[in-house]
Amino acid sequence: MKPASHHTQNSYVGGHIERVEDYRFLRGEGQYLDDVSRPGQWQAAFLRSPVAHGRIVKIDASAALALPGVHAVVTANDIEGEIPTIPFRRPNPTIGPYAQPIIARDKVRYYGEPVAMVLADSAELAEDALGVIVLDIDTLPPVIAREAAMSDKVLLFDEVKTNVPTVFNADKGDAEAAFAAADYTIRDQFYTQRQTALPMETRGLLAEWDAKLGKLSVSGAAKLPFFNRKAMAKMMKLPEEAVDYIELDVGGGFGARGEFYPEDYLVAFGARKFGRPVKWIEDRREHLMAIGHSRECSSDVELAFSKDGVILGMRGSLYVNVGAYVRPNGMTPVRNAAQFMSGPYRVPAIHLDAYAFVSNKTPAGTYRGPGRYEGCFFIERLMDQAAAGLGIDRLEIRRRNLITHAEMPYPLATVLPSDGRAETQCDSGHHLEPFELVVKDSNWAEKAALQGKLIDGRYHGIAIGSFIEGGASGPQENVRMELHADGKVGLYAGSSAIGQGLETILSQIAADALELPMERIEVFHGSTTYLKEGWGSFGSRATVMGGSAVLDAAKKFLAAFKIHAAARLGVTIEEVTVSEGVARTADGRSVPLAEVVKDGINVDGSFKNQTPTYTYGTSFAHVAVDAGTGHVEVIDYVVADDVGRIINSMTLHGQVMGAAVQGFGSVFSEELVYSDEGQLMVGSLADYLVPLASDYPVVRCHSLESYPSPTNPLGAKGAGEGGIIPVGGVVANAVANALSSFGVKPNVLPLSPSRVWEMIEDARAKA
Amino acid sequence: MKLPHFDYQAPASLDEAVALLVAGDGGARPLAGGQSFVPIMAFRLAEPSMLVDLRKIPGLDQIEIGDEGVRIGAMVRWRDLLDDARLASALPLLPAAIDHVAHYQIRNRGTVGGSLAHADPAAEMPTIALTCDAVIDVIGSKGKRSIPAADLFTGPLMTSLDSDEIITSVLLPAWPASRRWGFQEFSRRRGDFALAGIAVFYDEDASGVVANAHIGAISVGDTPLRLSKAEAALNGRKIDEATLAEVAAVASGEVDPNGDIHASARYRKALVGTLLSRALSAAANRKA
Ligand SMILES: Cc1cc2nc3c(=O)[nH]c(=O)nc-3n(C[C@H](O)[C@H](O)[C@H](O)COP(=O)(O)OP(=O)(O)OC[C@H]3O[C@@H](n4cnc5c(N)ncnc54)[C@H](O)[C@@H]3O)c2cc1C
Repeated sequence: MKPASHHTQNSYVGGHIERVEDYRFLRGEGQYLDDVSRPGQWQAAFLRSPVAHGRIVKIDASAALALPGVHAVVTANDIEGEIPTIPFRRPNPTIGPYAQPIIARDKVRYYGEPVAMVLADSAELAEDALGVIVLDIDTLPPVIAREAAMSDKVLLFDEVKTNVPTVFNADKGDAEAAFAAADYTIRDQFYTQRQTALPMETRGLLAEWDAKLGKLSVSGAAKLPFFNRKAMAKMMKLPEEAVDYIELDVGGGFGARGEFYPEDYLVAFGARKFGRPVKWIEDRREHLMAIGHSRECSSDVELAFSKDGVILGMRGSLYVNVGAYVRPNGMTPVRNAAQFMSGPYRVPAIHLDAYAFVSNKTPAGTYRGPGRYEGCFFIERLMDQAAAGLGIDRLEIRRRNLITHAEMPYPLATVLPSDGRAETQCDSGHHLEPFELVVKDSNWAEKAALQGKLIDGRYHGIAIGSFIEGGASGPQENVRMELHADGKVGLYAGSSAIGQGLETILSQIAADALELPMERIEVFHGSTTYLKEGWGSFGSRATVMGGSAVLDAAKKFLAAFKIHAAARLGVTIEEVTVSEGVARTADGRSVPLAEVVKDGINVDGSFKNQTPTYTYGTSFAHVAVDAGTGHVEVIDYVVADDVGRIINSMTLHGQVMGAAVQGFGSVFSEELVYSDEGQLMVGSLADYLVPLASDYPVVRCHSLESYPSPTNPLGAKGAGEGGIIPVGGVVANAVANALSSFGVKPNVLPLSPSRVWEMIEDARAKA
Repeated sequence: MKLPHFDYQAPASLDEAVALLVAGDGGARPLAGGQSFVPIMAFRLAEPSMLVDLRKIPGLDQIEIGDEGVRIGAMVRWRDLLDDARLASALPLLPAAIDHVAHYQIRNRGTVGGSLAHADPAAEMPTIALTCDAVIDVIGSKGKRSIPAADLFTGPLMTSLDSDEIITSVLLPAWPASRRWGFQEFSRRRGDFALAGIAVFYDEDASGVVANAHIGAISVGDTPLRLSKAEAALNGRKIDEATLAEVAAVASGEVDPNGDIHASARYRKALVGTLLSRALSAAANRKA
């Protein structure tokens, strides 16, 4: 199927186009929250719980209030009535009691939970004040590990008698029967460690209250300004129109930044209560303990095969540590891990139970490829073990099980309780295509000879694995197109920019649809002041949803241009044709777009779609392992994906490479370690080891557009997350392959040097 | 992570600096490159009443190479050491080690004196000083004194310096051209503090028998360490596979590191042996 085309002279879409945002950023003209200040503003700082679990006995702020420049200390006692809890984005029937209150009143449930907010003339003074607040907490036994949490011996929420908010069931076909009929089964246990997304720019907010108008303005919006505006209005008991969310430049999101957090409410509360602008910039230490964590998932899973390597079924259990509360999208990784674990493979029968359990750790949320990265690690590890167990080549076993074009749309497991997306299906594609491309480009045939070989003191290994990436999250996106006085077209989008190049993408699509040069499109995005309603950027949706809405708006814009031009030319609309910004009649008269400025064009476009897109692909890794130090070098990494339609190969490859390297951080070095008492042991970037530019090779990527998505007029699919999804499984399999002579099983991440070395040592000791 | 309040002075002489430290009565601290101490203040782990910035004091930024050895001023920066081509022959172990210190920005500011005074067992310079039997010159209210490196480091981030003493230079004794050496360090990412590191040098006779072995270890104790048992095991031997294995085992047995979030104790202990073995084979195989 070809994507529905809009006839155009331009061909920005599909091009290799430099980001329009970069002129601003490279000249130091970006405007991030910290670049914005207001006269008379107060700075906020948060007193956070120093213990994982306890009862607040006393908060004495008198010494803090006595310091010069310190204006107020807000505690739960300043909040009238019930402490508001943060609304869920994807509610289900059982999570209600686990919602996060915006400040701790009686009980603290994680190290880092806000218990008080200081407002002072400067951030330094506010921090001085934190040091002299007397906080008296009676500690309670911390619930940290899965066994302790799921035993329900110590409850986090006394009102509900369980630490398990929800058990999701992913079902398809008859898994029992599939296992009964199997020739071969493989079962194993896995663990992916707790991580966070770590955007380079930490969170920040600037809240202003206009008492005369009764309006609240919150700068520092990201990801989903419209949802957050609704949430804020509800918690503040204000009408929605009384709250504006203003988006500035955003230094990365990756699923964590831009969700509604307790500080969002408290900063706004301070501005409203005291009538002063209140600003807060999160420091890195509190960022690590306060922003959403993710990925802490253990599993016990099993695959059933026929003797010729065809998957018959999958079953097992997943256990996700969601931390102390259920945050707005805290359940997303849990249900995703269950629904997407089958990934790119044809799995006719599935039964998975995915347990979400609470613990005294920072509450979790989404991180790029939520649940999918985890599930892909589990199934790819099982696939390689099955290949060995069945004596089938690792490429061959995958070829026998990858979903083909003939099977599309291909339904995945149904997940209950429903959060609105119980059922889903892969929309289009032929998984063997990127697979074979990677086999070829990685030089698998030659490299196969390296498997397990010891060369110059290092063991070499290779692996391949495939993935699917859900994108284009519904339900809708809106844009508005307006003809500006200078003849440029203003494009106001509900999508938000989190550093992914949104302005470039939307400009390309609009320029092609309007047949105008890109320079004549000006994109405004992410603030609630531009549109009545919008959705934002999450679930790899901005290009597909925002871009499709742009097409709709462009159609209406051109129709409006025609009406104005026809009136000026004194002809009927049918007699006018429009191309390249000029309306013409058959007899050669014309009206350029700039001439109808006075008539005004201001149109709304939108795109509704509840059907996700599924980008899919394959990646390959070649590693060398130093058995003396446990160091793993990634020697080559190749990834190919089919994104339905490539809008901009440069920004696309930026996403894929960036995600792959972020994935290396997940596999090798990033971990949020807690002590047994529930203290977060990671306080800075010297502890939380993100990949540095020089740590990994250049990721080689190939993008395909062989199977456009039937779900949207662009034919495009979300592509912001896929790159990270296969990294865990593929790299772990490459390490297993390198160390095959030791028979090690890298089933626990991260593969830190210490852990790799210990796996080898333990295998040696056993032998 | 915002700095606490402090007073600041940048005196133009050592005498003034010492006077300011004395007046501070333990609350004033010298400031060199700030690459260790400013983060500590930002974490509010230290709240000095005054920082006495040493940057305007003349004469502390020299690298002098003479008969007695290499004398490095306290305010010499990592970048200065790496840019000084003379060190490749005068003291090759030093630039090899400093090459592992942190990242560009930090190397442009961090100083030799600051690192010695900071006394981080995971840092390179303190272990190099200890391994090379360096002597540290200091000045304080009671005058000047010279402290052997072995007496300087007393615990994690602790030294035998008085609160009004300032390091002025460090002397690393002269290095015979025929000396054999190796440096091996392993960190999780390039520029990170070492999980473990080994600095080694020895002299050998015409038949390749080792004498005067010096072995220092980074990041596996409360202070920089000398591995005296491994040194004894190495002296009088020739470097071959058996020696490497034996000395490595002695070295591993000699250290008792802690585990932390980056690596287990067991791993670090073994790593000491692995790195020593690699450092020694590099030493033996390097073309003179
Ligand atoms: C991200 C990062 C990574 C790093 N990685 C490494 C690494 O891999 N290896 C490594 O060795 N270091 C590393 N460092 C530390 C860096 O090398 C520091 O520069 C060094 O340890 C201290 O030097 P400084 O000049 O910055 O000292 P400062 O921070 O200014 O001072 C440190 C301490 O020494 C005292 N002091 C300073 N000068 C004198 C003096 N002349 N006499 C008496 N006392 C004095 C100060 O009062 C303070 O207590 C890293 C630092 C950072 C931020």
